[in-house]
Amino acid sequence: MADPTGTNYSLPSGIDIHHGAHHDPDDLWEDSRVIVNVGPTHPAMHGALRMVARLNGETIENSYCEFGYTHRAKEKLGENRSYHNYIVYTDRLNYCSALANNVAYAMAVEKLMGIEVPERAVWIRMACAEIARVIDHLICVGINAVDIGAFSFFLYGFHQREEAYTLIEKLCGARLTTSYTRIGGLMADAPEGWEKELKAWVNKTRKTLDEMDRLLTGNKIWHQRTVGVGTFNKEQCLRYSYTGPNARAAGIDIDLRRDQPYMYYKNVEFDVPIAQNGDVFDRYAVRMEEIRQSLNILAQIADKMKKGPIWTEDKRVRIPDKEVVHNTMEGLIHHFKFFMTGFEVPEGEAYSAIEATNGELGFYIVSKGGPRAHRMRIRGPSVYHYAGLTEMTNGEKIADMVAALGSINIIAGELDR
Amino acid sequence: MDIRKPIPTNGGDWNTKFGETWKAQTAKLRDKFAGAIEEIRMPVEYPTDVPVIYVKKDQIIDVLGFLKSEAGFEYNFLSDITATDEEADPRFEVVYNLLSHTLKCRIRLKVRVKDGEEVPTACALWTAANWQERETFDMFGIKFKGHPDLRRILMDERWVGHPLRKDYPLRGYQVFTEPMAAKPELLD
Repeated sequence: MADPTGTNYSLPSGIDIHHGAHHDPDDLWEDSRVIVNVGPTHPAMHGALRMVARLNGETIENSYCEFGYTHRAKEKLGENRSYHNYIVYTDRLNYCSALANNVAYAMAVEKLMGIEVPERAVWIRMACAEIARVIDHLICVGINAVDIGAFSFFLYGFHQREEAYTLIEKLCGARLTTSYTRIGGLMADAPEGWEKELKAWVNKTRKTLDEMDRLLTGNKIWHQRTVGVGTFNKEQCLRYSYTGPNARAAGIDIDLRRDQPYMYYKNVEFDVPIAQNGDVFDRYAVRMEEIRQSLNILAQIADKMKKGPIWTEDKRVRIPDKEVVHNTMEGLIHHFKFFMTGFEVPEGEAYSAIEATNGELGFYIVSKGGPRAHRMRIRGPSVYHYAGLTEMTNGEKIADMVAALGSINIIAGELDR
Repeated sequence: MDIRKPIPTNGGDWNTKFGETWKAQTAKLRDKFAGAIEEIRMPVEYPTDVPVIYVKKDQIIDVLGFLKSEAGFEYNFLSDITATDEEADPRFEVVYNLLSHTLKCRIRLKVRVKDGEEVPTACALWTAANWQERETFDMFGIKFKGHPDLRRILMDERWVGHPLRKDYPLRGYQVFTEPMAAKPELLD
C-alpha cells in the first residue's frame, strides 16, 4: 500500500522504472524517464501503427516503430490470383487514392505484356491519377492540421474531397474502392459531359485552396507548431529512400512524372515544387503547391480529352463485349475462360513505377508464363517514409512526433500491404 | 528463353532511351568486377525491362557501392530490395532495384542464394535497406550478414515459417491471442 504522505512510496514489485540495464546515480533525470506506447490503436496514429518511445520529460530520447497490424498478404495473393482478379486488391493499398494504385498496377501488367492503351483511356487514367493526388494531399494536410489542433481547415478540404468522390462515382460507380482500370483499358468510359464537371470542380477547388491558404499558411500558431519541426534533410532523405513530396520538401528535385515521363505527362505543363528545409511546414507547403499544379494538369486534361475507344484491340486482355457474349457461343466461351482461368502473361519481369501521391509506387512483377504472377512485389512509398520516423523525431517533443507523423502521410494499407 | 521484342512502356521504350548507357555501363562493370559478375541479362535478348546483373553474394556490397558512387553510374537511390523464390537450386534470388537520380535510368541486381545462406547487408550504403532486408527475412527467411536488427517486421514475432516461400500454404493462418509487450531493450 502506498504511504498517504507520499514520502515512503514504493512501486509494486515487477515494475522497473529504470528499465533494466544501467542505473546512473549522476543522471538527475533518470527517474523522470518513462516509456510511452503509442498505438496500434490511438487517435494520433494514422492507422494501426505503433510507436514505443522513451521520453525524458516530454522529449523523445529514442523510439522504435512497429507496423504490420493490417497486413493482408497482398504479395502472396498476387501469386495466387489471376492478373485480372488482382485489380481489386490494389484499391486497398493506399485507400486515400485508390485510383492511382489501379493505374499503377494496370500499367505494370501492360508493360510486361507490351500493350499500348488507346489515347482516351490514357487521358482518363491521367485524370484519375491527378484527382487521386489532389484528394490524398487534401486529406494529408487536413488531418495534419487536425492533429495539431486546427480543425476547421480540414473541413474545407474535406468538402472538396467529397465532391471529387462524386466525380469518381460517375466514372466507376464506387467512391472509395474504385477498381476502375482494367488491363488494357478501363472498366467504363467517362460519361457525357464529365470533362465539364471536372473543370467546374477544378475551379471550385482552386477557390477552396485559396481559402485554406488564407486560413492557415500565414497563421502564427501554425508556424510555431510546424517550422523547424520534424526536420529531415536531403542527405537523410536519400539514405532512407524518400520519394514524392516528402523528398521534395527537403530539396531533392525528383518527380517521376517529369524525369521518367509515362502516360502523357510530356504533353501537359506543370511545375515541380521544391522546398529546402524538410520540416513539417515545408511538407505542408509542397503539398499545397502540388495540389495547385495537379489542378492545372486536370484543367489541361479536360481540354485535351477526345472521344475515342477506351480498350486496346489486343484480344488477349480485352474483356469480350456483352453483345458478343450473349449472342455467340465463342464469345461466351471466351468470357468464361477470361474470368475463370485468366489470360496468359508471357515470361518476363518488369518494374513499373509511377509518381503516386506519396512518392514512387512500384510494381515489380515476375512472370513465368501462365495466368498468375510468379512474384508480385509492391514497392509502396509509406514503408520507406515510416522507417525514417525514429530518426526524424529523436530529440523532439512527443507532441511534435504527432505533427511529423501526419506530415509524412503514412497510409497503413500501403505500409502493411 | 524466348527472344522477344523489347518491352514497350506507356512512357516510351526505356531500351531506346538508355540502351547505349546500359551497354557502356555493363561493359565497364565486366572489366572492373570480372570475378564477381555471374551473368548479365540485357533487355531485348531477355524479357526484362532493364539490365539484370547477377552478382556473387560475397561481392554484392562492393558492386552496389561502386554503382552508387562511381561517375557514369550514379545509382544513388535504392528503389527496392526484395527476393523471389525460384524453387530451384540455388533457391532464392535477392533483388536490388536501383534508380539514378542524375541519369534517370534504372538497373537491377540479383544475388543467387541457397536456402540457409547469408547475404551481406546493404545497411551501410542505404539506411532504407534495414527495413527492406528485415522484410525479406520475414517473408523468405533469407538472413543478412551484419544486419543490426534482423527481426520480423510485418508478421508477428512468434510466427512460424516464412509466408512468401512457395511451399508456405495460402491459408496458413496462425492465431495469437496474447498481446506483445513493448521491448524497452530496443531503446538503448
